[in-house]
Amino acid sequence: MAIDQLSVFVENKQGKLVEVLEALGQAGIDLRALSIADTADYGVLRVIVDRPVDALKVLTDLGFAVRINQVLPVSVDDAPGALGNTLRVLSDAGIFVEYLYAFVAHGEDRAFVILRVADNEGAEKVLRGRGIAIASKEEIYK
Amino acid sequence: MASYYEQKWETMSRDEMRAHQDKLLAEQVRHVYANVAYYRDLMDGKGVKPGDIHGVDDLKLLPFISKDDLREAYPYGMLAVPLSDTVRVQSTSGTTGKRVVAFYTQEDIDLWDRCCARAIVAAGGSNKDVVHVSYGYGLFTGGPGLNGGSHLVGSLTLPMSSGNTERQIQFMTDLQSTILCCTPSYAAFLAETIHEMGLRGKIKLKAGIFGAEAWSEEMRRHIEQRLGIRAYDIYGLTEISGPGVSFECEEQTGMHVNEDHFIPEIINPITGEVLPDGEKGELVFTSISKKAFPLLRYRTRDICVLSRKACSCGRTLVKMAKPMGRSDDMLIIRGVNVFPSQIETVLINCGFEANYQLVVDRVNYSDTLEVRVELTPEMFSDEVRKLEMREREVVDKLKSMLGIAAKVTLVQPKSITRSEGKAVRVIDNRGGKL
Ligand SMILES: [Zn+2]
Repeated sequence: MAIDQLSVFVENKQGKLVEVLEALGQAGIDLRALSIADTADYGVLRVIVDRPVDALKVLTDLGFAVRINQVLPVSVDDAPGALGNTLRVLSDAGIFVEYLYAFVAHGEDRAFVILRVADNEGAEKVLRGRGIAIASKEEIYK
Repeated sequence: MASYYEQKWETMSRDEMRAHQDKLLAEQVRHVYANVAYYRDLMDGKGVKPGDIHGVDDLKLLPFISKDDLREAYPYGMLAVPLSDTVRVQSTSGTTGKRVVAFYTQEDIDLWDRCCARAIVAAGGSNKDVVHVSYGYGLFTGGPGLNGGSHLVGSLTLPMSSGNTERQIQFMTDLQSTILCCTPSYAAFLAETIHEMGLRGKIKLKAGIFGAEAWSEEMRRHIEQRLGIRAYDIYGLTEISGPGVSFECEEQTGMHVNEDHFIPEIINPITGEVLPDGEKGELVFTSISKKAFPLLRYRTRDICVLSRKACSCGRTLVKMAKPMGRSDDMLIIRGVNVFPSQIETVLINCGFEANYQLVVDRVNYSDTLEVRVELTPEMFSDEVRKLEMREREVVDKLKSMLGIAAKVTLVQPKSITRSEGKAVRVIDNRGGKL
């Protein structure tokens, strides 16, 4: 099942990223994963948090451009070649991955890979068909 | 059916208007020559005597007055009546150099108020309206001008002045303001705030009279749609009187000049040659009825076009197009003349709002232009590729429509300072750089 990802427009200005992270921290929102796509002038911060709707409100109130969209959390063995295999499966099925980032699960030999694809359901079906597990919300937020 | 504040003057035949102008102009030149040494010297320098000016056809013989002349003559050099006859001073904001002070007799104030009353009636105003004046009061002419006009029309006048947006909106909802007068950028800001506060349904505005800064047709449509009103343009300058030198009617295709008081000309800004109606050039005004501070052939630095095409509203007053920008605002970037309003049009066509800032600089002997524009929350995407496409679209359009290469920078929503008076849109860092 796809899960919510929060993305935030962050200008490349001193203190902007800190402002976002502190605001989330003060609201007691737990950050599970984070990635930043950078350009010369701004970055797009993407985070997986436990309370995405609350986080959206906190940041919108501060004047940030924020958006929630669905991403696919794939669960892979924390072992060499596992991620490559996953991407190969998608590539063979003609599914274009816009971006991805990974994080390791707490105290387990598994890693989660967050995939941004146009069609989450289609990608999920393909991956499951090849025995690749999709992480549940519970696993992610554990 | 159109209504008028002074039907006689607003719908007068061209012949009658011309006869009126001829008579007043000849008198005004005699008055100025006799009482303003500064202008007498300019006329003498050109070898022109008051007796040479019989009417509008002779206007071209007179010397121009520029803003520099006003600075030179500051403060009393252009005063044409004894100080004891004057009752009011208004002043320009002085953003570019020394400020200009203009003097008024009571009659000068009265005619200015009547000009503003014409604008309010043309925007649909009557004694049943509540006119909400959010222009600044004080030395700035915006507030006092519309205030005076509104009194003449008999509307209930709310002298709000600028600033304190929440109070503005509270009065607007509690007292049911119907006509809003302010700068277009403040109107856009008010509209935004009203929507944020969820008060759109409590607003009874039907029209707005917006001026004192350059704005585009796109911005007009945006404000009209956000507030559910008709937005009318008004033009004026302190040097000539204040707002109401010209005003828009329901046709919204240019502003009727109050020609019984102010004669407009369009000149080639470089040679000073008078251009025929329909040609683009610098707007020049001659004040023919004001007594205390009567400027002859004052160069406004506004670039615009005059049109005498018949107007459906029935007014016979010549129309001036919305100025393309003051030549003070005009940026010359690598030799290309660019007005901020043109860039604004491109931004709005690309789906942005009119919240932007232009930063001009010089790097390696060459001008650079950066357009900083606020990203709207709706436009934001988690995919950098899509954001870059937005930027590229603006860059391409600026290149193809204006012929200029610019860097476009997306900035956070609401991060560009909103001013409650005039918008500061241009930051020019070139000063003195090679
Ligand atoms: Zn008209």
